[in-house]
Amino acid sequence: MKKRFTGLTIAVLALLVWSVVYPNATVVVGSFAHGLSDWRAFFASPADHEALKNTIIISVASVVASMAIGIPLAFLLTRFEFRGRRMMSAFATLPAALPPLVGVIAFLFLYGESGVVTRAVQHVLGLSHAPWTFTGVWAIVFVHAYTMYVYVFLFVSAGLERYDSSLDEAASGLGASRTFRLRRVTLPLLTPSIVGSMLLVFMSALGSFSAPFIFGGGIRVLSTQILVSKLNGSMGLAYVETSMLALTAVVGLLLMRRVERRRDYAMSGKGRTTRTAVHSRGWRIAAPVIAAVAVVFLILPHAMVVLVSFARDGAWTTQVLPPKYTLDNFRHLATDPDLWQPIANSVSMAAIATSANVVFGLLAAYLLVLTRAPGRKLLGLLVALPWAIPATAIALGLAATFDRNSIVTARMLLVGTFWILPLAYFIRNIPIVTNAIEGSLRQMDPTIEDAARGLGASWWLAMRRVVLPAARPGLVAGAMLASVAAVGEFVASIVLYTHSNRPISMEILSQLRGLSFGTAAAYSVLLITVVLAITMGARWAESRMA
Amino acid sequence: MSEPSGLRLDGVSRRYEGSGRGVESLSLDVRPGELLALIGASGSGKTTTLRMIAGYEAPDAGRIALVGATGTERDITREKPQRRGFGMVFQHYALFPHMSVQENVAFGLEARRMPKAERLAQAAEALASVGLAGYATRSVQVLSGGEQQRVALARALVIEPNVLLLDEPLSNLDPTLRQATRDELREMLHRLHITVVFVTHDQEDAFAVADRVAMLCAGRLEQVGTPEDLYQAPASAVVARFVGRGALVPAHAEGDAAVVTIGAVQQRGPLGSAPDARGRAQLAVLRPESLTVVDAADAESWRGIVHTRRFAGDHYVYRVGDIAGTDDMLEVRCEHGRHAEGDAVGVRLRSRPIALVAAAGAP
Repeated sequence: MKKRFTGLTIAVLALLVWSVVYPNATVVVGSFAHGLSDWRAFFASPADHEALKNTIIISVASVVASMAIGIPLAFLLTRFEFRGRRMMSAFATLPAALPPLVGVIAFLFLYGESGVVTRAVQHVLGLSHAPWTFTGVWAIVFVHAYTMYVYVFLFVSAGLERYDSSLDEAASGLGASRTFRLRRVTLPLLTPSIVGSMLLVFMSALGSFSAPFIFGGGIRVLSTQILVSKLNGSMGLAYVETSMLALTAVVGLLLMRRVERRRDYAMSGKGRTTRTAVHSRGWRIAAPVIAAVAVVFLILPHAMVVLVSFARDGAWTTQVLPPKYTLDNFRHLATDPDLWQPIANSVSMAAIATSANVVFGLLAAYLLVLTRAPGRKLLGLLVALPWAIPATAIALGLAATFDRNSIVTARMLLVGTFWILPLAYFIRNIPIVTNAIEGSLRQMDPTIEDAARGLGASWWLAMRRVVLPAARPGLVAGAMLASVAAVGEFVASIVLYTHSNRPISMEILSQLRGLSFGTAAAYSVLLITVVLAITMGARWAESRMA
Repeated sequence: MSEPSGLRLDGVSRRYEGSGRGVESLSLDVRPGELLALIGASGSGKTTTLRMIAGYEAPDAGRIALVGATGTERDITREKPQRRGFGMVFQHYALFPHMSVQENVAFGLEARRMPKAERLAQAAEALASVGLAGYATRSVQVLSGGEQQRVALARALVIEPNVLLLDEPLSNLDPTLRQATRDELREMLHRLHITVVFVTHDQEDAFAVADRVAMLCAGRLEQVGTPEDLYQAPASAVVARFVGRGALVPAHAEGDAAVVTIGAVQQRGPLGSAPDARGRAQLAVLRPESLTVVDAADAESWRGIVHTRRFAGDHYVYRVGDIAGTDDMLEVRCEHGRHAEGDAVGVRLRSRPIALVAAAGAP
C-alpha cells in the first residue's frame, strides 16, 4: 500500500520553493521595482538588443553545429565497422570530461591569437599576422560545437542502439533507396533522441558564460551582460536581463517538449544492431585516417593544457610551442598557501553541496516514485526547474534574495559568506541527482517494499535494506556528476564568490588575467585530475556494488 | 497476372566467425508458384537462408538466381534488397510505428514514386484483401498481433512481389488464432499464385501451409520434399525426430520386412523407406499410429506400464514406459481406452509401413 507522506512532501516542496522559486521570483519582481522603466530601458538599449540577438544566434548555431557533428558521428560509430572505430568511440565523449572554463582556456591556447595552431599556420604560410582572430560569435559557436556535440552524439547513439534495424530492412525490401529510407523512416523515428539533445544543447548554449566571457571580444550576450549590469550597479536592468534569459529558456523548453511529445513511439521487436564493415577500398583507407585526425582534434585541448602547465611563465612569447619547461607551476601550487586555498575551497564546497544533493535527491525521488504523496506533479516540475534556468540567472536570484536577515520574508544573509556558493551548487545539481536516483528507483519492483513491510519490517528497515540498495546505482552516478560539476563550477561562482571562498575556476581566471598561463594551466590539470579521481572513485564504488 | 518466378540457390554458404552457425553450401530450387517452408531448430540456418534470399546478407560463396517462367536465370546474388522486388514479412512485422496503417501499406509504392491518390487507392485495395478495410487511418501501434501481421502482409503484397518471403509469420499469434490463420494464409497465397518461401520452427505450421518443406540442420539441407515425404520417409534421424512424434529404436531390414528390436523382443512389420547405406546401424521410426496397445499377456509384445492416457476425441494416446531394453517411452495411438494409467500392457506393431533411418553419428 502506498502511503501519502504529507509532512515530508510539504518539507521537500517548501525547500524547493524557498531555494528555487523564491529567488527567481525576487528577480522578476525586482525587474518591476521601478515600474516599467527598467524594461523600457532594456528594450531601448542597443547593447541589450545586440545581446539578445547574439544569444539567440549563438544558441541556434550551436544546435545546428552540434547536430552536424553529432548525428553523422553517431551513425558512423554505431552502424559501421572500420579500423580505428573503437579508438574513436573511446575518445568521442572526451570533451564532456573538460570542466567548462578549462575547455575554453585550452581553446585559447590552441586557436587564440597566440595559440599553437594559429602560430603554426602563420609560420607555415609565412604570414606577418595571425591568420584569424579567434573572437566573436563564430569563435563561441566553435567552442560550443566542440563541447556540446557530445550530447547529440550520446542521445542519437542511444536511440540507434534501441533502434530495431528490421525497420530499415523492411524499408529497403519495399524498394526504398538509402536516402528515402533515411528521410522517411530512420530520422523520424530518431526524432525524440534528436530533439532531446537539441534541447540540451540549446539550453546549455543559452546559459553558456565561459565561452562568451573569454572569446566574446567585445560582443555581448545576455549571460555576460547580466554580470556587466550587476558590476555597474544597474540592478534593475540586470533583473530585466535575467528575466529575459530565463523566459527565453522556458519558451525554448516548452517548444521542444511539444515536438518531442508528439513523436514518442514504442519500438517493437528486439533492437538488433549490426555493424556493417566498410567495403569500398577508398573508405577502407580513408576511415582510419579520418578517425585518427578526429582523435587528435578531440585530444588536443587536453594535451595543450597539460603542455602549458609545464611551461615557464613569461618565457612563451612568439614561438609556436612554449620554449622552456619547468615543474615550478606545480611546485607553487603545492607550497604557496594562497594558491592552495582555492583547491581546498572547491573540494569542501563541492562535498557539502553534493552531500545535501544526495539526501535531498533520495527523499524527493522516493516521494516521486514510491509514494502517492499529494503534489507529486508540482514536485517533479520544481525539481526540473533549475535545469531550465541558466546558472547566471540562478546566481543573480540568490544574490538578490539572500542579502539580508529577515525572518518575516524568510531571508538570510548569505551573500558574502562561505555558504552562498555551496547553496548555488546544490540548487544547480538538484535535477541531475534527483533524476539519477529516480531512474534507479523506477527499475525496482515497487511491490518489493510492500513485501518487506508485509514481512514485518519497519519503514526505516525497509528503507535501509530495500529502497536504499535499489537507489544506490543512481545515487552513485548522481553524486559523481554533481561533484564533478560543483568542483569546476564557474558561472554561478563568478557572480557570487568572495575572496575567502574563491573556487578553483576563479583562481584560474585571475591567473589568466595576470598572464600567468602556466599557473592557470597547472590549476586546470589539477582540476582535471580531481574530476578523474571522482569519476574513478564512482566506478570503483559501482563495481564493488555489483 | 504475370507468371511467378522461381528461385535457385546454388552452393550458397554464409559463415559467422566463431559462432559455428551459418549455412554450408546449400543448393535448393524453389519452383515458380510453390509454397516452400524452411524448417529447422533455432541456429539451423533457416533465417540466414531467408535473409540471403532477401538480400540482407551476402553469401560468402555460391549463387542465388531468379528463374523466369521460360527458364531464364537472373543472377541476384549481389543485388541490393531494394532492387529485388521481393515482399517480406518480418517476424515482429517491422511496421513503421510513426505511420498509419495505410501509410505503412503504401510505403513501397511511395518509394516507387507513385502519385499519392493512386497509391492510397491501391493500399486500400490491399487492406481490403486481407480483411482490414476501414483500418486505413488507424495507428499501427494500437493493432492486435493478428491485425499487425495482416498489415505486414498487405504491405508486402501491394508491391506485387516476384517472391514473397515470410519469417516466422505465425509465431507471434496466440494458439487459437494461429490455427485459423494457417488455413487462411494457405488459401490466400494459393489464390495469389505467387512463389512463397517461409521460415518456421514449427513443423505443424509448415505442414499446414507449405507445398514442399526443406529441413535444415546445422546449416546443411537435410531433406526437401512434400510433407508426406518428410513424415513417412525421413532422410535422417534428425528429420524423423523433428517432424512428427514417435520413438527411434534399433531395427534392420530383412527383404521387405522391418525387424524392430527392443530388449529381447523382436517384432516384424512391412518395410517403408530405408537408407541406402547398408551395414550401418539403423533405427526404426515408430509413429504413434504404427503401434497399438494389447494385453500384457501377449508374449510377442513389448511389455510396459501405462504412464499417461490422454483422450483426444476419436482416439486415445497412451504413453507406455518401463519397457525392458529402452529408457524411451512409446507413444501409442489407440481407438479404445480399456487400459488405465498404471496398468501393465503390451505394445505391438500394426501392419503399417515402417521407415528406417541411419543411426546418428558418422554421416
